Amino acid sequence: MPNEFKPAQNNSEKLMEINVLPNESDSCGSGGCGSGCGCGTPKSASGQFIPLTAIGAAEPLRPPLDMEKLRKKLANQNGQKYWRSLEELADDSQFKELVDREFPRQAPGSWQGVSRRDFLRLMGAGLALAGLSGCARQPDEHITPYVKMPEDTLPGRPLFYATAETRNGFGRGLLVRSNMARPTKIDGNPDHPTSLGSTDAITQATLLSMYDPDRSQRVLLKGEDSQWNSFVEAVTVAVEKQKSAGGAGLRILTETVTSPTLTSQMQALLKKFPKAQWHQWEVNNRDNVKQGARMSFGRDVQTVYSLKSVKTILSLDANFLHEGPDSVRLAREFADGRRVRHDKTEMNRLYVVESTPTITGTSADHSWPLKASDIEPFTRAIAAAVGVAGAGESTFSADKRVQEMAKDLLANPGKSLVIPGEYQPPVVHALAHAINARLGAVGKSVKYTEMVEANPAVHTDSLSALVADMNAGKVQNLFILGGNPVYDAPADLKFSEALQKVSLTAHVGLYNDETASWCNWHVPQTHYLEEWSDVRAYDGTTSIVQPLIAPLYEGKSFHEILAVLLGQANRKGYEIVREYWRGKHSGDFETWWRKVLNNGVMENTTAKPVSVTAKSTFPAPTSAGSGLEICFRPDFHVGDGRYANSGWLQELPRPLTKVTWDNAALVSPATAQEQGIAQEQVIELDLGDGRITLPVFVLPGQPDNSITVQLGYGRTKCGQVGGGVGSDTYLLRTSKALWFTSGLQLKKTNDFYHLATTQHHHTIDFKTADTNVPDDPNDPTALETEHGRDVIKVIPIAEFAKDPNFFLVPAPMADEAPDETQKTYRAKRAAGENAKTEALEEKSHEGMDAANDLPSFYGPIWPSDRTGIDKNNVPTYKGVGYGGNPTPQWAMTIDLTTCIGCNACTIGCQAENNIATVGKYQTSMGREMHWIRVDRYYDGDVANPATHHQPLPCMQCEKAPCEYVCPVEATSHSVEGINEQTYNRCVGTRYCSNNCPYKVRRFNFLQYSELASPTISLMHNPNVTTRARGVMEKCTYCVQRINDARWHAEVDNRPMKDGDVVTACQQVCPTNAISFGNVVDQTSEVYKTKAEPHNYGVLTDLNTYPRTTYLARLRNPNPKLEGDGASQTDHDNSGNAAPEAAL
Amino acid sequence: MPKQPAELETEVTGGEKPSGDSRRSLRDMLTSVPQQYDPEMQNQIIGSHHTLESVTAQISDIALKRPISLGWLISMFVSLSLLALMFVSVMYLILEGVGIWGVNVPVGWGVGILSFVWWIGIGHAGTLISAILLLLHQNWRTSINRFAEAMTLMAVCCAGLYPLLHVGRHQYVYWMLPFPNTMGLWPQFRSPLIWDVFAVSTYFTVSLVFWYIGLVPDLATMRDRAKAPWLKKFIGFFALGWRYSTRHWQRYNAVYLILAGLSTPLVLSVHTTVSWDFAAGIVPGWHGTIFPQYFVAGAVYAGFAMVINLGVPLRSFFRMKDLITMKHLENCGKFMCITGNIVFYGYIMEVFTAWYSGVVFERYLTFDNRMFGPYAWSFWLLIFCNGVFIQLIWFKKIRTSIWGLYIVALVVNFAMWLERLVLIPFSLTRDYLPSSWHMYYPSFWDYATFAGTLGLFFTLFFIFVRLLPTISMVEMRELVHHEHHVDELGANDPAVTGGLKV
Repeated sequence: MPNEFKPAQNNSEKLMEINVLPNESDSCGSGGCGSGCGCGTPKSASGQFIPLTAIGAAEPLRPPLDMEKLRKKLANQNGQKYWRSLEELADDSQFKELVDREFPRQAPGSWQGVSRRDFLRLMGAGLALAGLSGCARQPDEHITPYVKMPEDTLPGRPLFYATAETRNGFGRGLLVRSNMARPTKIDGNPDHPTSLGSTDAITQATLLSMYDPDRSQRVLLKGEDSQWNSFVEAVTVAVEKQKSAGGAGLRILTETVTSPTLTSQMQALLKKFPKAQWHQWEVNNRDNVKQGARMSFGRDVQTVYSLKSVKTILSLDANFLHEGPDSVRLAREFADGRRVRHDKTEMNRLYVVESTPTITGTSADHSWPLKASDIEPFTRAIAAAVGVAGAGESTFSADKRVQEMAKDLLANPGKSLVIPGEYQPPVVHALAHAINARLGAVGKSVKYTEMVEANPAVHTDSLSALVADMNAGKVQNLFILGGNPVYDAPADLKFSEALQKVSLTAHVGLYNDETASWCNWHVPQTHYLEEWSDVRAYDGTTSIVQPLIAPLYEGKSFHEILAVLLGQANRKGYEIVREYWRGKHSGDFETWWRKVLNNGVMENTTAKPVSVTAKSTFPAPTSAGSGLEICFRPDFHVGDGRYANSGWLQELPRPLTKVTWDNAALVSPATAQEQGIAQEQVIELDLGDGRITLPVFVLPGQPDNSITVQLGYGRTKCGQVGGGVGSDTYLLRTSKALWFTSGLQLKKTNDFYHLATTQHHHTIDFKTADTNVPDDPNDPTALETEHGRDVIKVIPIAEFAKDPNFFLVPAPMADEAPDETQKTYRAKRAAGENAKTEALEEKSHEGMDAANDLPSFYGPIWPSDRTGIDKNNVPTYKGVGYGGNPTPQWAMTIDLTTCIGCNACTIGCQAENNIATVGKYQTSMGREMHWIRVDRYYDGDVANPATHHQPLPCMQCEKAPCEYVCPVEATSHSVEGINEQTYNRCVGTRYCSNNCPYKVRRFNFLQYSELASPTISLMHNPNVTTRARGVMEKCTYCVQRINDARWHAEVDNRPMKDGDVVTACQQVCPTNAISFGNVVDQTSEVYKTKAEPHNYGVLTDLNTYPRTTYLARLRNPNPKLEGDGASQTDHDNSGNAAPEAAL
Repeated sequence: MPKQPAELETEVTGGEKPSGDSRRSLRDMLTSVPQQYDPEMQNQIIGSHHTLESVTAQISDIALKRPISLGWLISMFVSLSLLALMFVSVMYLILEGVGIWGVNVPVGWGVGILSFVWWIGIGHAGTLISAILLLLHQNWRTSINRFAEAMTLMAVCCAGLYPLLHVGRHQYVYWMLPFPNTMGLWPQFRSPLIWDVFAVSTYFTVSLVFWYIGLVPDLATMRDRAKAPWLKKFIGFFALGWRYSTRHWQRYNAVYLILAGLSTPLVLSVHTTVSWDFAAGIVPGWHGTIFPQYFVAGAVYAGFAMVINLGVPLRSFFRMKDLITMKHLENCGKFMCITGNIVFYGYIMEVFTAWYSGVVFERYLTFDNRMFGPYAWSFWLLIFCNGVFIQLIWFKKIRTSIWGLYIVALVVNFAMWLERLVLIPFSLTRDYLPSSWHMYYPSFWDYATFAGTLGLFFTLFFIFVRLLPTISMVEMRELVHHEHHVDELGANDPAVTGGLKV
């Protein structure tokens, strides 16, 4: 019963004692606010006390003001010398408590059952409070904008500040946009080595977390409202008692820590209390990585990969493009190694073996599903094949794939790399280290450095030790700084039961979550956008975390909590962090500090490289258990559950399943058939003592006899959004098998559970799984080869390199014989001749010319070259811009080769354009609002299909089918070629959406935009209209950014330059797959990409002339492994890829 | 002002052979040939016993003398209950938004728009009967044209509600009208929805005027026969001072013919325009040049089915089997047979063109989705109803049996609703990009709104049958005149027929 608070009996009296309010300052009031809110209470004149009688001293119970204390306070105050009311002066937090008595609210603990309407009503009360805190003076702390000095602040002009996010302990440098002191958009800091200007979906969504109205807002004692001061006193008393024993009963539980300031504070604390202990627990703890390094090198070493010039990569169940602290950088480098143009036709090759389909697997040239327990023998086989001694034999040794892969890896010494997955056991990592050493990768594509983690403990052991001590009664005071162990600790440790044996437990976190409700004290944590801190990135680069806004609630940073333990209760995070760095820095500190804040990175802070040699002795292979295997994976979007209350992330379709708002048991088609279970059937999973029920999702590419479940769902105490969503899979997870184990028992139930997926509600018919069936015309999950829908075009790089132009010849229809041109072309190609002839060129232009001959409202608009735009003449729109500059023509190209399907663009767009979330029910009805979605198409055998991702924003058609059908001209074409949507004019007939062949228009069927939550309104981008009910909306190429850039160019009296406008999706993309710009400008990136021979438009045969086009997906399969695994050569969508076969 | 002599009023009821008493005029007695009474009126368009005043009396007395019956009260109660459901549905719709319906992306138009098209289709038969058949001198039309025209108006009322209701922002729906405004904006005239606004509003206006002009002489009769002075004044106001003068008749006939001429193209244009809502779109399954033709045929088809569905109970409840005879119903059945087969031909051609076009999207939609996709049941049911079942009409036995005809007409009305379901929302479920395909499930409120408009329709209809002459008395008298006298005195003698060809 995690919701109930069960304090230890022997301690309750003491706690009650502490809770007695201090009598010093609870002054007058009757709900007045003296801070200029206009609520009527008279303000005090400066320096002159207003007689108590004048402001409600008629209340006899209120204790009088302690004048002596006030004067003392005034004397001690630094910085701001003005004060506006007695209450503010006396004690801000107690004043708030007084307000609370006047405006009673329900305790946050009981909000779980509050209906939405009640919630909004309560938020109204919250507004009153927010207004009060909004009136409070800004702290006297200096934050430095990235490019502009604060005095440049102009209303309506955003400022950008560099800061950093801490994810799983490691830092990611950010640039945050602030509109009038409200952070409104998070993006990567281009100067930061693990961000490179990009982010991912989760980082984007941390903006919503900051404004989340469900965030913990006050200090709680046993679930009831309390005060920071009470907490400080309670803790001070408790810690004081520990002093005599050297802190033997004092424990701190943190997540992964890299913050130098926090580390120094911890060290100071451990110095003060030598017997105190620092424990760590985090779900994404990288224990395997650390233990693997220890196994290999005998010491803690951090492994840093570089894909910069790598030719061949083998991922051993590593989802390195999405998971891990370095994923954004790795994705960028991976994409840089794959970006192909007509004059650069080299690309790297990625092999993936994986225990569950990931975006790394879908981005690979070859991927094979393999049970998680088979990865180790597979790795041994690879190791043996590349010549690592002592790897031993395995069942995979004779596998052709292993032999070919090993050859490929060895063929590029120093330019090949093996990446083991962090969910694989240490021995796989040790083997990978040995393989990489054998491949000559060390020092080139693999670097070893000192640990960046301050305390590189094995988290599982650390937490187990803590639980053992708690059960033994050795722990009196436990401070949980972040994390949610009651929810996510291994089930066998029974953390919550052990927690009851501790007399004082305190939890500091963003939410009043499961752990908070099992602890005596809960202190709200500041969000990283509200606090001062510092953090190190995976490569060691240090950044200062600077706040963009004063804490919305009564949050405290970890630094301030530790300061309390250190007996420095009133120190602010700002002081602590600055003090630490002042001590580290000699010379002109202020200049250096401003520079660090401005740049967002501290120079020369990367971790020192270490020289180590991998051992080549490995533990003997363990025999894998029999029966069904279960794999635990953090959810793709809500992670280990900490982001469960983010509507953006819940509603973001998972890249492969497209499931939203739920987790499911991923089962391979063959296993589903074997077990006789159907899509969405609820199954019961038994493992050891744990038992859960989950709906089935039959996922092509999932290994047979292995079921993957996602962590992070089934939160019992979350917020309005994430509470009660999905099933809690932690119940099955034990400290002995954190990531996978066998022995899973599966029982069918007769229930079905509807999963809200955004694509393909008609799911795969698993009955056909045992045969390699051709594309079923009724099966929309298959790529539409049968129907000739050239939605995704895929070409092997070998074909492209031979003749980039071969793409121009249209393939014959599925049931038609090739015509003469096609025949000639293919025959020539088969003979290895240059097949590009003039006749061919003509042929490829035939369609375009024919289109231009048609009668049209627009006149001849489609130029006869494949860039889509006539270089010399853009006759459609003869508009002349400001100052006689030609009107730019906006266009976009999306490179499907480098798109990894990570969904970051969707959330980046959502944040920029104030896109609403609609909830599970509306999503399952097909009413999600994403302006750019990432479509997923399968191709090939259902057991291991090739998977393609295709981001789809509005195509901004030149001849837009949506425009002519609108009865009120709410959607129209701008002179710059943008298909504009005028929200104010829209009456909502939805005809435009019906007529949009790309279905990119989104309709507000109900009032989706959050207008009632004051904090959510603060988050909105002020430059984008918040859409009301009944209005159609869609991608506008971030027209607000275009207008802003145009305005700047106009002020400077210059034409707009390439790169002046960066759309939100383009900005966030880790792989730079999106090019955007003025296509008339021949020097622009978008012009160049559109001139590529593999540029194509989707559904262009409808004469829509889309401005958004795609670069065909190029893949680099190993010719010797063709047809083996999910390579693309044998599945030819366009009809072009295998010309001989087409004849 | 000429008055009908009170002593001429008779109580003539359907199945009763009139007694040849002194109340019949001398001329009638001289010229009428006693005929064997044919209870089902298989071959007649009016009971042979009818005289000039008997038709007047029989028709006008329904409104003026007949007491309110229990049956009418029950019917009215059911209709008003459905109407109340409509008010609830519409209220909820306006409060919550169009999201209470089952529409989504990609299916932006659902039961709302298909019901609009269905009602507009129902509204076709009335004007066709009154205008086109008038111009073609089909004198059998006279006993059904009045209520068919009323049915048209009521159906268009129901239809007209949907475009107002289905939009996202009801408060701005007037932006579709061209009116001078400070925004300087006009409707976007390339949009078929704007064509719709004009087509439907024109059709409604002309139909209303046509119907009203036809009513004027009858209203005068009603005025003259009403007893209560206030009623006389009330009806008299609408009778526009009609005095049966020759000049009145002359102008009346001219206006009526002109209006018939105006209405005739409208019958074809309105559903053509409605079909352009779909044909002008690029959605596979919508984008077909055959749409206008078979939409019009389908509309006439559904309209005649509704005439049968309304006429059969009407003649039975109000004992007018001698006015609306089996001949009328059979003729309606013949129309249904012709138009129904045109519609079926349309289906076949749709399939053929989908195949012949070679367009993958059309082919997929027609063969893979419509025929064998998740909504295949609806397509095959449609083919059964409109392709197979309708062929029963070829048999004279069924065509001339009340129940047979009634059941076929009911099936046709259902099938035409189904046709629009298959055509409008189900085509949208799977268009170009497979990633965006989504099923469509109408919600409770979709059905409630549709049931509500049925309530509106029947409420209006039941009020109409109680208040106004459901059959044109003027034209019936003309008919009696021709049936009884002209034939005997010498057909086509302009001196006798008053210029009207028989």
